Amino acid sequence: MAEREILYDVQDLKRYFPSKRGMVKAVDGVSFQIYRGETFSLVGESGCGKTTCGRTLLGIYEKTGGTILYHGGDVDKMSKGERRRYRKDNQMIFQDPYASLDPRMSIGTIIEEGMRVHFRYTAEERRRIVAELLHRVGLPSEFASRFPHELSGGQRQRVGIARALALEPEFMVCDEPIAALDVSIQAQVVNLLIRLQKELNLTYLFISHDLSMVRHVSDRIAVMYLGSIVELSDARGLYDAPLHPYSQALLSAIPQEDPDVDWAARRIPLSGEVPSPVDAPAGCKFWKRCPMAQDCCRRERPALREILPGHFVACQRAAEQ
Amino acid sequence: MEELLSVQNLRVSFHTYAGVVHAVRGVSFSMHEGEVLAIVGESGCGKTVTSKAVMRLLDRTSAKIDPASSIALDGRDMVRLSKRELNRLRGKEISMIFQDSMTSLNPTMTVGRQIMENILTHEKVTKQEARRRARELLELVEIPDPGARLENYPHQMSGGMRQRVMIAIALACKPKILIADEPTTALDVTIQAQLLDLLKQIQKKTGMSVLLVTHDLGIVANFAQRVQVMYAGVIVERGSVRDIFKAPRHPYTWALLSSVPGRALESKSELYALRGTPPDLRLPLEGCPFADRCEYCMNICRRESPAEMPVGEGHWSACWLCHEMAPAVEPPTGIGGGSHGGT
Repeated sequence: MAEREILYDVQDLKRYFPSKRGMVKAVDGVSFQIYRGETFSLVGESGCGKTTCGRTLLGIYEKTGGTILYHGGDVDKMSKGERRRYRKDNQMIFQDPYASLDPRMSIGTIIEEGMRVHFRYTAEERRRIVAELLHRVGLPSEFASRFPHELSGGQRQRVGIARALALEPEFMVCDEPIAALDVSIQAQVVNLLIRLQKELNLTYLFISHDLSMVRHVSDRIAVMYLGSIVELSDARGLYDAPLHPYSQALLSAIPQEDPDVDWAARRIPLSGEVPSPVDAPAGCKFWKRCPMAQDCCRRERPALREILPGHFVACQRAAEQ
Repeated sequence: MEELLSVQNLRVSFHTYAGVVHAVRGVSFSMHEGEVLAIVGESGCGKTVTSKAVMRLLDRTSAKIDPASSIALDGRDMVRLSKRELNRLRGKEISMIFQDSMTSLNPTMTVGRQIMENILTHEKVTKQEARRRARELLELVEIPDPGARLENYPHQMSGGMRQRVMIAIALACKPKILIADEPTTALDVTIQAQLLDLLKQIQKKTGMSVLLVTHDLGIVANFAQRVQVMYAGVIVERGSVRDIFKAPRHPYTWALLSSVPGRALESKSELYALRGTPPDLRLPLEGCPFADRCEYCMNICRRESPAEMPVGEGHWSACWLCHEMAPAVEPPTGIGGGSHGGT
């Protein structure tokens, strides 16, 4: 694996939000690498910090601590010109296809807006590129003159993808890109994302709570809980043999689409609910709900350790076994 | 099993500025005592409108239930009951839980009072008695420290907890039918699993019937006994949960089942995706509503709408492929059963 090029090297990334009740540690010291051309996914339940992590990575939120190396260089130390290029090369696709397109702009204007900022194309060239992009995402070129309200949710999401592609990015954060869509439309959009990745050699950070879709699109996956990564592995390793008790419970909670499977019997029940990120328990953040918790878990916060090749887990008990 | 609910030829249309939207276009089904019946389909297929029509919760000014429709609950026709008669039934004989607990609960009342309200409306009991029962109900839905929780307002609870409160309100008067409209959609998977377990266990204990409305096939497979698949306002396939998951016969059901990535599928391979989008419900239907998106579409599909054809014991499919004269086709890979032209 040594020859694989590292696109992002994130070390101890933190993002805290102040609130009346104390500091919300939305992202609380996560470290990971993203290799060029892969799909790296963040999964977890609402409030685990996966979206904040993606946004902090792109600088939409300012980070509270940690370092982000992009192509080996620190993003904090970029020159103005480098930063401009960085903004162009790193794009984002949003969850809500209704809120993320300006209702007063035509689809063509939405798609070419970024090009106006970053490229010196003539109006004629831009029109041609917009038509190409629409074709690329599977929409007819007449759509350039339409407005967002005339489009269905799936079509809007395609426009969001075309807008990101307009800047010829190498990296895209896909934040719940299919959560708002119907199942049959989800498959269309996921197929499009997979195809574009192959054609354009894109790198994705895929953020989702849909565990079956994540398995399908990802090369490597990090499971988050309360702002920390509890397990990080390639997709197969995680789904075939999850090591962290939280990942085990999470994966066993996916309803199986097979009436013959006794889902309830195979499930690992979790007691209680996710605690507030303001007052996460000391020690391992999961110990209060963990079926395997012992004294050591209450005292010490476990670090992410490589237990099998490429398979990291932050759990003392899993490390013992 | 006794028939509790019988819906015959239900048609619902909405009068909007953009025209008349025919959301439900002739749906018939019945529910028996103690069974869990699921209606599955995507947004706009009419599943929620059907369930709200059964409860008569549709806005009277914009939604019109066709006068030829009948919804018989225990022999009474819900379509023709007065508001007063409906109020006596709703919450007592038939209850409903909704997807969004934040907007379905009253933010200005404690959850205790909201549960008591339902009991006091329908039964002649003292306030103390109602309060005692409210506490028991919170225990039934496994809310820790029920005595103290009675005094909480909805915003003081988590989403999963509020959903439990909504179930408690719905169950307060021991209804015969519970309509659960996307009961766990807004919740995280681990909380969803807890809640489904709870619903299943209560259903078994009380023997009530559940009409489960959802788009999530995983939930259907784990909870329902019978399933009906809806598309563009009509039921396209119905059968036992095994029929639908193991030997589905309608191309739309095939598409629904195969667009979810299965375990066996190679990672990053092309998912089975339906082309296009559902039809405009303002237009009259000509032929099969699914014809435009169906890869097995034949000439007749565009001309004539297929009737529901029996394809097995208690299993029907509204598809011309199930007609005896239809050619045999192969369903997408990974789908059990298949169509072999007639039965």
